[in-house]
Amino acid sequence: MIPSSFSYKRAGSAEEAFDLATEYGEDAKYLAGGHSLLPLMKLRLAAPEVIIDLTGLRELSYITDQGSHVAIGALTRHHDVQHSELLGRDLPLLAHAAGQVGDPQIRHRGTIGGSVAHADPASDLPAVLLALDATLVARGAAGSREIPIGEFFQGLFETTLEPGELLTEIRVPKPAAGARGWAFQKFTQRAIDWAIVGVAVQGGHVSLVNMGSTPLRAAAVEAALADGASPADAAAHAAEGTSAAADIRATREYREHLARVLTTRALTEAAARS
Amino acid sequence: MKVDLTVNGKEITADVEDRMLLVHLIRDVADLTATNIGCDTTSCGACTVLLDGESVKSCTVLAAQAAGHEITTVEGLAVDGVMHPVQRAFHEQHGLQCGFCTPGMVMAIVSLLRENPHPTEEQVRTGLEGNLCRCTGYHNIVRAALAAAEEGAA
Repeated sequence: MIPSSFSYKRAGSAEEAFDLATEYGEDAKYLAGGHSLLPLMKLRLAAPEVIIDLTGLRELSYITDQGSHVAIGALTRHHDVQHSELLGRDLPLLAHAAGQVGDPQIRHRGTIGGSVAHADPASDLPAVLLALDATLVARGAAGSREIPIGEFFQGLFETTLEPGELLTEIRVPKPAAGARGWAFQKFTQRAIDWAIVGVAVQGGHVSLVNMGSTPLRAAAVEAALADGASPADAAAHAAEGTSAAADIRATREYREHLARVLTTRALTEAAARS
Repeated sequence: MKVDLTVNGKEITADVEDRMLLVHLIRDVADLTATNIGCDTTSCGACTVLLDGESVKSCTVLAAQAAGHEITTVEGLAVDGVMHPVQRAFHEQHGLQCGFCTPGMVMAIVSLLRENPHPTEEQVRTGLEGNLCRCTGYHNIVRAALAAAEEGAA
């Protein structure tokens, strides 16, 4: 399968990428690792006229300790997130979940920023970063701005990024003492598939993969936990407020059942780690 | 567009369409046809090659993205006609049935052993989650990976 014709531009810097995006407007699309966008282009579900390749922007690939948070460049690959010593120590949920994305070949190409900006509700990292209360940094015409991740996802593949705006950094606060228990559970048919349902837990925060058009915080579960409910009792609320889709892999009812089962497992696992 | 890259140690300059996939450049321009196109949807791993020493699925990389980088295919593993330890292990452990997935499996294992020279059996199995063998010949493939590790393939 071959994508429809487009014009390929390689950006040498974030500045140049933004200038190219401004020049080509709505016809252009940023390409990071390409492991979401290229498959869509090969299926001709996406047909941008201009591709702005960001993979040469080494300046946006980093993981640095900022004291209370860790700053991750948007073009940091899943492989590097997975194997980061700093993340393994201070944000093990994120390092572990990055190692569950796709397969080794995909993790050698796919990037954390690409995954977040693509905003597929079936992706792992958007929900994980939601549980971690990350802040996103985007660069646009008016300079850089910070976006709390809770305000970022607007719908299926839809975010608050403006046209041409470039996601540059993800800031992830280190969990406070007492909120260090974590777990990530996902259920797939084959190892490399997207999650049918996934659950990320960090302390009292619980978020869901693929239970609506965006990643979701399981507010009713979090409220029950705050009231002292057991993992099983809290997890009984996991499907409340969700709007899971039915598709070839699962009915809505099955997804709701999975959300409760996986949330029970994740909360139990997190409690054992706290 | 003009693309300069290194394939199996050889510098190649090609004039390709912007939309050309790396696997097509390897097969149709570099004329190296061991790398197979299987699912063409980033699932099966048959088209796995090394990009700067790391495994990637060449059906999901643009030829243009590989410009300036170094590609290794299974044809580039043997040195002076002597098989790479992973290739020899596939031969000795009979790590193949029909052979279609084999080039991708070999390249995935070469990459895996570079990152983790002494994997456990479980690490080999999860490390190969991106490669499918439709003959389901996984047992001998895993044996081959472990045997190659033992020989110090990395």
